[in-house]
Amino acid sequence: MTIPLLTVLGRMTLAFLEAAGAVTSFAFQAIRLSVQPPFYRQQLLRQMLEIGYYSLPVVGLTAIFTGMVLALQSYTGFARFSAESAIPNVVVVSLTRELGPVLAGLMVAGRVGAAMAAEIGTMRVTEQIDALTTLSTNPFKYLVVPRVIAGIVTLPILVLVADIIGVLGGFLVGVYKLDFNDTAYLRNTLDFLEFQDVFSGLVKAAVFGFLITLMGCYHGYTSKGGAQGVGMATTNAVVSASILILTFNYFITEAFFSR
Amino acid sequence: MNADAPQMAAAKISLRDVAKSFGPKKVLQGIDLDVAPGESMVVIGGSGSGKSVLLKCILGLMAPNRGSIRVDGEETVDFNDRSRARVMRKFGMLFQGGALFDSLRVWENVAFGPIQSDGMRPEQAREVAIAKLGAVGLGPEIGELFPSELSGGMQKRVALARAIAREPEIIFFDEPTTGLDPIMADVINDLIVKCVSDLGATAVSITHDMASARKIGHRIGMLYEGRLIWQGPVADIDHSGNAHVDQFIHGRAEGPIRMQVRKF
Ligand SMILES: Nc1ncnc2c1ncn2[C@@H]1O[C@H](COP(=O)(O)OP(=O)(O)OP(=O)(O)O)[C@@H](O)[C@H]1O
Ligand SMILES: [Mg+2]
Repeated sequence: MTIPLLTVLGRMTLAFLEAAGAVTSFAFQAIRLSVQPPFYRQQLLRQMLEIGYYSLPVVGLTAIFTGMVLALQSYTGFARFSAESAIPNVVVVSLTRELGPVLAGLMVAGRVGAAMAAEIGTMRVTEQIDALTTLSTNPFKYLVVPRVIAGIVTLPILVLVADIIGVLGGFLVGVYKLDFNDTAYLRNTLDFLEFQDVFSGLVKAAVFGFLITLMGCYHGYTSKGGAQGVGMATTNAVVSASILILTFNYFITEAFFSR
Repeated sequence: MNADAPQMAAAKISLRDVAKSFGPKKVLQGIDLDVAPGESMVVIGGSGSGKSVLLKCILGLMAPNRGSIRVDGEETVDFNDRSRARVMRKFGMLFQGGALFDSLRVWENVAFGPIQSDGMRPEQAREVAIAKLGAVGLGPEIGELFPSELSGGMQKRVALARAIAREPEIIFFDEPTTGLDPIMADVINDLIVKCVSDLGATAVSITHDMASARKIGHRIGMLYEGRLIWQGPVADIDHSGNAHVDQFIHGRAEGPIRMQVRKF
């Protein structure tokens, strides 16, 4: 019984390595082609709108409630030690360093990564990608590159907005529910906030933007076999992007803050 | 066909021993084909015989496992991206399923080649698109719609307009008349004939429709079990002396070609 088990494990490892290799070479191709003309500016703007602007409501809602719940929860903890004045700082640091980028990343992965995989996947199975090639347009450059660049550029902006909205959420709970003085809350928020806190969050956001769009495009681009294949591509895009976001999040945090 | 040698030198498209398989499944098993400039070649063959795969190999959308594909005498099989793009400029392709870009309006679909790869200004490309839509019997108001708002036959005509929008030297039609009513089918046939004669284009078409094949083709080839088992001038198709061809053009269930269906 041990030999079949080993075979299965071996096969899984090989399949994993093969997929990782394919994704890596896909990523390198996206990077290589992103610096070669022609540039499809209109596609880029359209994607930035799609990823950035239309994700604002969902990211904003996530951020405001996260900020609110952070203030509430840290109060229950810190009130025991009479350390309430640390609450504004706990809220802003957790938001900018971790929760802002990770939650925005996961929400965008669900919204945008899935839509991208579905759109490109449908284009693949209905031969629209072949049609692009016959019209002398490199489909990789036309479809993948604008999406990936849009992801890298817009996610940091989205996360910055999420940070601000999240702090606002904490502020609202702090002032109207926990009876903080409003100027004191804001002063406490800003006094202990370091550039590094926000900056690391924005770096994460850019990396997550890359991962989300890369996964959406990769799974869409390589999908096959009709509607079922496209459905699978969509699921895989969201799951793999989410896992990669959480994994990379740890390593970026470690790179920035462990010493 | 003993004028083969001079024709070969001048052939627009020339295939030698082209083979393509998917895993264990052998689809093309050695295709030899020459298409002369300005000639209209029609390929017939049963469903699943590899006709679309043949076109995709010539277009460079699929790499054949072996063999040589020359376009204007240039070997295209091992082309890099840049040379591929250069040769692609000579081609126009009507896909079997239309393959219209569903995020773009109809006129943008037709104008896509002129705008994106020839750098034509959008206003001018729009005029070209409307003219090409007119040529396939669609009014300018159709140009504002999205492909999903059209019937299957209309989509086919838009796809045809897109394929000819750049006035290519070589046009491929994958089942241009399938799904059209008999009158529209004949309009499309006329249009293909006109493209070939007006633009001086070379055409390779795939069809199941013998009326269409007779009308648009100068020569017909029949694909069976991965090979072109017969090819000759369209006038010879009725006395090809080939039992497979006879069965196909008369659409008989009985004959040397056996369909993989179980009796029930
Ligand atoms: N990308 C692919 N992967 C695997 N097999 C394929 C692929 N494309 C085509 N085939 C197989 O190749 C064979 C020929 O397909 P092709 O589409 O060329 O048929 P066809 O002659 O155009 O048929 P039809 O008249 O129905 O369009 C089919 O058996 C098909 O299953
Ligand atoms: Mg076909």
